[in-house]
Amino acid sequence: MQFLFRHPLILSSIKILVVFMALSGVVAYLVYMERKVLAFMQARLGPMRVGPWGLLQPIADGLKLLLKEDIVPARADKAVFLLSPVISLVAAFSVFAAIPYGPGGWTITNPNIGILLILGLSSLGIYGIILGGWASNSHYPLIGSLRSAAQLVSYEVAAGIAVVSVLLIANSLSLVVIVNRQQQMGVWNVFLNPVAFVVYLIAGVAETNRNPFDLPEAESELTGGFHTEYSGFRFSLYFLAEYTNMVLISSLAVVLFLGGWLRPFSSLRWLWPLDYAPVVALVGAGAFVLWLGLQSRVRGERMFFAALAILCAALAGVVGIPLVLSSIQGVFWLTVKVLAVLYAFIWYRATFPRYRFDQLMTVGWRRLIPVALSSLIVTATMLIWTGYRVVPLLAANLLAGILTAWMVSVRGAGNRSRPTREAI
Amino acid sequence: MTETTFLDANELVINMGPQHPATHGVLRVKLKLSGERVLGSECVIGYLHRGVEKIAENRTYAQFAPYTDRMDYVAGVTNGMGYCEAVEKLLGVELPPRAQWTRMTLAELQRIASHLLWLGTHALDLGAITPLFYTFREREEILSIFENYCGARLTTHAFRIGGLQYDLYDEFENDIRKFCDDFLLKIDEYEQLLTTNRIWMGRTQGVGILSAEDAIALGVTGPVLRGSGVRWDLRKAQPYEAYDKVEFDVPIGEHGDTYDRYLVRIREMRQSVRIIRQCLERLEPGPIFGKVGKVIKPPAGTEVYHSIEGPKGELGYYVVSDGTVNPYRVRIRPPSFVNLQALDKMIRGHLVADVVAIIGTIDIVLGEVDR
Repeated sequence: MQFLFRHPLILSSIKILVVFMALSGVVAYLVYMERKVLAFMQARLGPMRVGPWGLLQPIADGLKLLLKEDIVPARADKAVFLLSPVISLVAAFSVFAAIPYGPGGWTITNPNIGILLILGLSSLGIYGIILGGWASNSHYPLIGSLRSAAQLVSYEVAAGIAVVSVLLIANSLSLVVIVNRQQQMGVWNVFLNPVAFVVYLIAGVAETNRNPFDLPEAESELTGGFHTEYSGFRFSLYFLAEYTNMVLISSLAVVLFLGGWLRPFSSLRWLWPLDYAPVVALVGAGAFVLWLGLQSRVRGERMFFAALAILCAALAGVVGIPLVLSSIQGVFWLTVKVLAVLYAFIWYRATFPRYRFDQLMTVGWRRLIPVALSSLIVTATMLIWTGYRVVPLLAANLLAGILTAWMVSVRGAGNRSRPTREAI
Repeated sequence: MTETTFLDANELVINMGPQHPATHGVLRVKLKLSGERVLGSECVIGYLHRGVEKIAENRTYAQFAPYTDRMDYVAGVTNGMGYCEAVEKLLGVELPPRAQWTRMTLAELQRIASHLLWLGTHALDLGAITPLFYTFREREEILSIFENYCGARLTTHAFRIGGLQYDLYDEFENDIRKFCDDFLLKIDEYEQLLTTNRIWMGRTQGVGILSAEDAIALGVTGPVLRGSGVRWDLRKAQPYEAYDKVEFDVPIGEHGDTYDRYLVRIREMRQSVRIIRQCLERLEPGPIFGKVGKVIKPPAGTEVYHSIEGPKGELGYYVVSDGTVNPYRVRIRPPSFVNLQALDKMIRGHLVADVVAIIGTIDIVLGEVDR
């Protein structure tokens, strides 16, 4: 028994299974969360029909997509057409093998080139998009997939440069070391180099094809983009891959910049009550659900919410055990932070219009990359000059970031002036 | 595009519509592209043709009125108002003041509703999904007022030749006052989301420029014309109803681009609220019908052209009588149809993404274009 558990193959398999299942659930309910948050911001209710508060909506959607006809266009390149959504999904999921979810054993694998592995694997997803658009043999998907390719290549440069400045601070490519380094410093990287964080976040939104950079699937222009010809289950694979990528970008942002699994202010001992946040969160969730149940007039719903509240209470009890509490600490904080970043993604979608393609390229090449580069150079210089000290790094980065941002926007201003004309 | 059918290797012809989410109905635009740049375009219309003008010849004057609501189906009240006024002019009927003020109130509410629908869908075309829900929320309130007044929300048939069919309901003035008070704040909300948004400005400024000369040459009217800097509003230029007795400004743009047309419409909504408030102040009890016979029979050989400022531009009715109960000919000048002619001028040299913005900024309703 001991042997079985210690064997890396078996342990890894179990971990992979758990992560895969959890991730699928998270992605499904991310869609639900997106619809609910958008609804909240748009003065409507969102899904309410399937299950209490529409909680079973993701399951219904998944079933519907599975049961739909899988259409392959007559003139499509069949083999490539069938394969490309799979490429996208596999690339998106496999990346999560290298993400550290907590200290110690809370990771499937911890390669010392972790960040390179992740960037490399996630870039493979673009092949699924390009090939899918090309194999559809149709105008709109082709334009959509070409846009995707151009967009991802451009923004990966900016994101990559932003990541490098973190690597300089951590002095390692391993994600575990990057987080540990933030613990040693007592400060998250976002406070050392906020400029790189902002650049990474913007580039991350662009890489996941989310609003305001969702040109590849601009439905009002291209009627769906690269997946126009896809239907049923194959479409849902693309859909899953997109949302998985969202989770990935947020997880990476959290690990690289927001202290990964660390509790906020983990260096401050007197903030120990924060350690009990998981219990408080579960109790709070239970109370909220109970309140929802009390408001409902449908008998079935009341039962459901009561059951959910009891589940929350039970979980809170289990989590309250000191041993359990200390071991899930990391996962809890990571989840909270990832959810916060995901919420921001959804928030952008509710707020912004969409960029035009040439504007998107301008933002990528002429704004983001110079800013990222300046932050990288400044970080490197300060590391040599003053060493790992928080205040000089932060001050220099902020100064350089603001200066560069001002310079690139002033340079761009000449193009934005509108041709004027005398009014009659 | 009509002059050449030969494409070189870099050119691509694509069809936008008639089934396309951004063409606001069944408009088909043939686009000749070089890469993503538009070299030329051709509009194909007529998918929604119902022969409204021909129908008019086979209906009595009163029977035809409901058909007009179905042309610009997002501005039924103004459509019906234009037709009723044209026939009233033909008959030489004077309206009692109560009918006039009511008509103006409802027509301005309809202008706001039409602009709200335009704003929501235009923003949606440019990728901003949230304004749509906000504008529909307010439009819903206007439609409820219509419903309380005449029982219908969209194809209202609110007026009759010679006056109003119904007197106002009890809470009419309160409902509208309350709406006006809330609505001004709501406009600020839309502006917060869009007016100074960098992406919105980038997508609309300098896009689809229409010079004043071109606008006049193409016969463009309404907010599109005013966006190009021409101060021309039929409510001021040739006042009908009692528009000469109310105070309001006619906002105009400077650059003739999509952003200016957006600003013009936003300001027009504020002006409409101003007009509505003045109308409500002067609304007094009294008769709601002028002196019109049971059977409407204008004298033989008379004809009239009457145009009003609809939400989308000059809406004109040309009515000819042959002395029978049916009109001899009704010719309608729909603003959308004429404004659509400017599309090709505005999209040449722009990108495909801008085509969507420019179709949106013209504010067409295909029911009116095709009739």
